[in-house]
Amino acid sequence: MYPDERGRFGEFGGQYVPETLMSALRQLEDDYARLSQDDEFTAQLSEYLSTYSGRPTPLYYAKRLTELLGGPKIYLKREDLNHTGAHKINNTLGQGLLAKMTGKKRVIAETGAGQHGVASATVAALLGLECTVFMGEEDMARQALNVFRMRLLGAEVVPAVSGTKTLKDATNEAIRHWVQHVEDTYYIIGSVVGPHPYPMMVRNFQRIIGDETKEQILRQEGRLPDVILACVGGGSNAMGIFYPFVSDAHVRLIGVEAAGDGVETERHAASIAKGRKGVLHGSLTMLLQDADGQVLPAHSISAGLDYPGVGPEHAHLGATGRATYVPITDREALEAFSLLARVEGILPALESAHAVAHALKLAPGMQKDELLVISLSGRGDKDVEQVQPYFGGGNHAE
Amino acid sequence: MQSSGREHLEQRLRACAPERAAFIPFITAGDPDFSTSVQIALMLARHADAIEIGIPYSDPLADGPVIQEASLRALAAGMTMSRAFDLMRAVREQSDVPLIAFTYANPVMQAGFGVFMQSCRESGVSGVIVPDLPYEESDDLLAAADATGVALIPLLALTSRERIAKIAARAQGFAYCVSSLGVTGERSNFSAELRSFVQTVQQHAAVPTAVGFGVSTADHVRELAAFADGVVVGSAIVRRCGAMQPAAQSGDDATLRAQMEELERFCAGLAHAAVRAGAAS
Repeated sequence: MYPDERGRFGEFGGQYVPETLMSALRQLEDDYARLSQDDEFTAQLSEYLSTYSGRPTPLYYAKRLTELLGGPKIYLKREDLNHTGAHKINNTLGQGLLAKMTGKKRVIAETGAGQHGVASATVAALLGLECTVFMGEEDMARQALNVFRMRLLGAEVVPAVSGTKTLKDATNEAIRHWVQHVEDTYYIIGSVVGPHPYPMMVRNFQRIIGDETKEQILRQEGRLPDVILACVGGGSNAMGIFYPFVSDAHVRLIGVEAAGDGVETERHAASIAKGRKGVLHGSLTMLLQDADGQVLPAHSISAGLDYPGVGPEHAHLGATGRATYVPITDREALEAFSLLARVEGILPALESAHAVAHALKLAPGMQKDELLVISLSGRGDKDVEQVQPYFGGGNHAE
Repeated sequence: MQSSGREHLEQRLRACAPERAAFIPFITAGDPDFSTSVQIALMLARHADAIEIGIPYSDPLADGPVIQEASLRALAAGMTMSRAFDLMRAVREQSDVPLIAFTYANPVMQAGFGVFMQSCRESGVSGVIVPDLPYEESDDLLAAADATGVALIPLLALTSRERIAKIAARAQGFAYCVSSLGVTGERSNFSAELRSFVQTVQQHAAVPTAVGFGVSTADHVRELAAFADGVVVGSAIVRRCGAMQPAAQSGDDATLRAQMEELERFCAGLAHAAVRAGAAS
């Protein structure tokens, strides 16, 4: 089972970090291995997931969307109904508790749109930890409300002013800060990225999405789904819902990458479709880069997918063909955003709208007796202001 | 027979003892521009025992703001890996000072480990530092280093502890001791543990040890020269190189010359500070 003892998913993964962090990563591996088997840790995590975050989240049969598309029965895994509005809290509760139970008083996190930052600030408040969030200066301007939310929750928000001033650079700043404060600070990485053991650990904290989905679909339909769709930036919601199905070979796993203006342009975030093998933020993965290995800026309307790398386990699932990865443009995502709102009364996050958009393409070609599950990773309230100009301030897109 | 890059570097560093510690300045290739970089390196060669040349990378996560900005300036001015090798070759054509290329895992991997080390050898580069390629990930680059005779210089940190023995044992060129927790950049003082950390590394390494990260004044150099075999100064020099950009761009030779002279005085002072107390000056 992956990762192997070197923290590799096939050839991807590893620990490409400054030497200063290596002992801390080894310690983290040991702490995680111990606590993930510890009754008190698992009981507390499970209690918070249910009574604080509201799990299990429903697996909702989207009847009107199903009828509209005329294909398979479509189910939505409602991660948007979690506390703080996205799947991110599954991971921050796990890592926050890990920080707390290993005696750390302080946590740091990186954030793009602010969802992971808010989920980290929330858990820090819940557990009585100090919290500093690194956020690109550009993103802080675009997501001013989330910056305010984090500050209300008692977190310090530090602008990342280097490079492209977005998620990539916020992650660089968080790593640099961690190098300096490694002895008393826990770094809560927000996705299945970073050096080993983070991709494994975050996947394991997020697999509850897939574990619940499996149990729910078996209860509701008596069988496993034919297709599972999830958006992929770093890829934590996708890894979470895919992982329990990886060994069920007949379940098709499809990750949806952000194609921005289109993968034929230079403005996209499709790391698997258009990237090459390379090292970013501590792991070997698929990466948008130029011929010299300089990292290229990613582009997506969705800040949560606006990242030039991807989790190494996705790179592996893509390389082995166990999962396939498809691109969805900004425009397609916006149409899906609007359609789901009107047909089901659910505003999806722009990230999740990418997965919905691929369902719109895929479903008409599938059989009526097939089952399609979409990971609805987050709610779209955070995006309403941003999408308003695209819809002309009116009611719907045309 | 021509010595390998590794031997050239180790011999130059060893030759400093016991009178002084080796002085190893760092500059970013192409900052403020190609020809000024070459001139700076040749000026430094008069005072240095080896020079580290940063090959700029878009995401330098071991570097503080000064070197980050220098990297971005150099990239914006058109610096690439192949131009950086041209630059190092140009320096070596006019000086026998050992050069050390400092860059990150991704550009090295994209070039190909073997190709990268071969380019180092062909450009007269003696050693290589890749700060995000720790011991566990460095087997392939080490094999390429061995095949070319170029030194793979490992970093050791205050947090390395039980890792020190295995890292130091396979150090080539020198063992690079990171002075404190954190990234590159100027600091006011050093950890009390630094001296014993460096001494531990010296017990395990067959090559000299140098201390870097945060070393920014002559006083720092003097303090570290008392126990380290070499001292690396980066950001304090890079900041002064960056300040040359306006004059270099506008062709203001008088200002550029004055800035170059100021940088030379600063570096001569650092080199002088590396002379140990009691040694004849």
